[in-house]
Amino acid sequence: MADESKPPQESPKPENSGTAPAPPVAKTPVAPASPPTAKPVPPAPKPPAPVQVPLDNELTRRYRAKFGPAILDALEDRKQPYLVIAAAQLKDIALYSRDDEKFDLLEDFTAVDWPRREKRFDLIAILYSFSHNSRLRLKVGVAENERPASLVEVWPAANWLEREIFDMFGIEFSGHPDLKRILLPDGWQGYPLRKDYDILLQDSSWVRENLGIDSGQ
Amino acid sequence: MNPTLHAILVFLQTWWVELTSGVVIVAVVPLVAGYVVLVERKLMADMQARLGPMRVGPHGLLQPIADAVKLLIKEDIIPDEADRLIFWLAPVISMTAALTSMGAIAFGPSFQVARDINIGILFVLGVSSLGFLGIILGGWASNSHYSIMGALRSTAQLVSYETAGGLAIIAGLLLSGTLSISGIVAAQEKYHVWFIFLAPVAAFIYLVASIAETNRAPFDLPEAESELVAGYMTEYSGFRWALYFLGEYANMIVVGSIATTLFLGGWLRPFPNVHWLNWLDFLPALIIALIGVYSIYRAGKQPVMVQTGFMWAVALACFAVALIFAMPWFVGTLKFVIPGLNGAFWFLLKVSAYIYVFMWLRFTLPRYRFDQLMHLGWYILIPLAIVNVFAVGVAMLLESNGVNRWLALILTTLVTLVFAILLVRWHDRRTESASTASLAPDSYAG
Amino acid sequence: MQDDALQDNSTLLGADELILNMGPQHPSTHGVLRVKLKLDGERVRGTECVIGYLHRGVEKIAENRTYQQVAPYVDRMDYVAAISNGLGYCEAVEKLLNVEAPPRARVIRTILTELQRIASHLVWLGTHALDIGALTPLFYCMREREEILKIFEKYCGARLTTHAFRIGGLQYEAYDGFEKEVERFCLDFERRIQEYVDLLTGNSIWIGRTRNVGVLNAADCIALGASGPILRAAGVKWDLRKAQPYAAYDQYKFEIPVGTNGDTYDRYMVRIEEMRQSRLICLQAIEKIPEGAIMGKVGKVIKPPAGEVYHSIEAPKGILGYYIVSDASTQPYRVRIRPPSFINLQALDKMVRGHLVADVVAIIGTLDIVLGEVDR
Repeated sequence: MADESKPPQESPKPENSGTAPAPPVAKTPVAPASPPTAKPVPPAPKPPAPVQVPLDNELTRRYRAKFGPAILDALEDRKQPYLVIAAAQLKDIALYSRDDEKFDLLEDFTAVDWPRREKRFDLIAILYSFSHNSRLRLKVGVAENERPASLVEVWPAANWLEREIFDMFGIEFSGHPDLKRILLPDGWQGYPLRKDYDILLQDSSWVRENLGIDSGQ
Repeated sequence: MNPTLHAILVFLQTWWVELTSGVVIVAVVPLVAGYVVLVERKLMADMQARLGPMRVGPHGLLQPIADAVKLLIKEDIIPDEADRLIFWLAPVISMTAALTSMGAIAFGPSFQVARDINIGILFVLGVSSLGFLGIILGGWASNSHYSIMGALRSTAQLVSYETAGGLAIIAGLLLSGTLSISGIVAAQEKYHVWFIFLAPVAAFIYLVASIAETNRAPFDLPEAESELVAGYMTEYSGFRWALYFLGEYANMIVVGSIATTLFLGGWLRPFPNVHWLNWLDFLPALIIALIGVYSIYRAGKQPVMVQTGFMWAVALACFAVALIFAMPWFVGTLKFVIPGLNGAFWFLLKVSAYIYVFMWLRFTLPRYRFDQLMHLGWYILIPLAIVNVFAVGVAMLLESNGVNRWLALILTTLVTLVFAILLVRWHDRRTESASTASLAPDSYAG
Repeated sequence: MQDDALQDNSTLLGADELILNMGPQHPSTHGVLRVKLKLDGERVRGTECVIGYLHRGVEKIAENRTYQQVAPYVDRMDYVAAISNGLGYCEAVEKLLNVEAPPRARVIRTILTELQRIASHLVWLGTHALDIGALTPLFYCMREREEILKIFEKYCGARLTTHAFRIGGLQYEAYDGFEKEVERFCLDFERRIQEYVDLLTGNSIWIGRTRNVGVLNAADCIALGASGPILRAAGVKWDLRKAQPYAAYDQYKFEIPVGTNGDTYDRYMVRIEEMRQSRLICLQAIEKIPEGAIMGKVGKVIKPPAGEVYHSIEAPKGILGYYIVSDASTQPYRVRIRPPSFINLQALDKMVRGHLVADVVAIIGTLDIVLGEVDR
């Protein structure tokens, strides 16, 4: 809604009107926005303002007060706050969020793969508080073979969510009661939502092994 | 003459009625049962805002024939380890029991199917109970864990409700004083009123018990599809399954006949002894003729010529039947047919109404869970039936001591109803306080 | 946690427990769902759900499509309520772009979404009643749903997987007579709801099959993440349409139906009442649909600035959330769909403990799951 966050495709417009042919004789479709009288050339488009802004409100101050260096960053993206936290303190921060900050609903728990980063995965926990009617995202950077703590004891809803993260990304959670694949068949090799997952290769090999035929891909 | 031939001829001479009726039952009843299935499907469709079978034959009238042909030409699959003899025998027993029990039923005053036995009702009840054997054997012979569980459950349900139904019948028998079918109807004629008005609680108990006995909804958990255990019929396919199925519908007809005989006046017309209502004797012919007239009226509204022709054919058939019903009034020599013919009409009408109520309940009510079903049978229906027998007995006693029959029966019915209400409320309060999440061992466990 | 019951083999009588398998082909699991029941006689001691039979990899596919191309995929998740899925996705991307759909589009979106909620609840009611044995409500519900699907077909050409909304607004203008048809449906619908209520609500067999069956109290609901009618039946008066309004919901007055026990009967009552409230929302909305554009300022190429957004809506089944990460290209970097049915299905184990086998079917029905959404 704010003008400075307009998508970058708006910027080519000033150049277009500059190069449109001026004489009215031309039958080529003229950009209707260019009248014969010279319009002042619009200023060069400013670079889009960064969408993530650092956040410093009471909530973040409380977290920083309690956990200090474990809160690596506090940002707001398009008016949605999130905290970047260290994996070692994940469970403590989760317990604090549930009990003291009253984020009693674990709305979602998922992961994103940034393969070029050192800490490859981003675990995202989306929390919701009924009493405050507000949401908070927790972002945890996790390396490839790291085993973050399981949140099942904090929010039982995390049970299947963590199994899905394991299934799709291969992140193992320590302390999960029954960590096994949930959506894919049990013998599946590989973790599909990783960016380096070759779908065609995996599909063909699984089909060849289990069904005995050649995949038609 | 050859003595063997002579013996055979004497045998046929003595037993020709029973033999012919046996052949007629086996030939006609499955066909009738098939058409009862069609009626159910059409009724179900009507209550569910749709049309039902329409393709096979005009308005789906040949659907049962098509189904029978399909089932006959299906592959005969017998499970691997199944006991072949019992597997074959079980549906046969089921069907035989249902058909044999029809032998004692009477449609009219001299219109018994086979013979008017002096223990008619007992015969019908006893033989139709033999059908339970077919269910157990079928479940066992299938050699499948789920089949035997379903068969046991089904049989447990049938036995429990047979008890309640039997006790309800006793109340009716107390009023009539005899077991023979014609005797019971004659008693209703003597009392000038159907027994349903004299013993309404017994009639109601029998209604509920007969629904459970024929495995109809809301008591059809053992054979419901959404139940995990598909029941004793799982491994049966093709015509074997058809035998079970037809046996179930034949059972419905039998149970309807018992109820009609005992509670709805059998072949008597409404108000049989009220002389100024004697014009009701013309009703059979009149009703059928009216159906014919309605068919002609609808014939004009059909969109297609074929359907118009069909409606005219239906109308002509109705008029022909109405003529058959009306003719004895005009042809003196045929007057002896009147009571039998009219009686058959009223009897069949009442049985059809009873079966209509069965179907109506099936389409409306959800299903009872098995433990709720058994709870209803043992905790509510059987105590109520026992109390009802006592009540009717007391009423008969009072009547023989001079109290007006109606007064005695109304009083005892009220007492029974009060008992029923108290019983139900007591049970409701008990189930509310009991928690369903208890892990107590279940006595209905397989 | 749920495996403890499955490991423990001892029973009251010392007999071994029976593991009964339901599905994946089963008339009552509403899709390809496999439920392993651990039975002690007739009582259920624990369950294990095996899902994934309908997993199609929507989230991976979405990483290789443009934002507009992802939209038809999300319809196919909860295929019974495709319009809700589309609404959630389009609004999430609009948040990413910082664009708002114009008022006229928002109101028409609200009307269609509420009609879709009614249709979804009708399917639920018909199939749930059928599982419990009542044969007739299914056909009555399908008859009503037919009217709604006719409206959808006239609007966007499709009945089931509608792809009705576009990022930034709507593509199609409301057709001539749209308001009239919606109004006619809504006016007729009250009588129809009364039909279902007459058939089921006071029926003692229905009450006996659903009262105290599958109880899930409020604390368990929130802990397990169960949302939607399940949460409301447990007594929590919370609806995302009122808590954080989206589309045009802040303009309309409607109630949030709440239950007391959290059992199957309460969930039934809550959904029936939700249908009534949706009908009221539709009636209020069609009285005044604002004039104007139906498409916001969104170019042909959608390239949101890098970042992420999470947007959730109150779908008929619960909270449907979309977490979309953008890397400033035309294709999303990550699309995560928070499926309500997936998370609600987790609660099955807790709800089914101690009940009879015949209740399992009723409890699965009352969760109102769609396997397309569970598996994606």
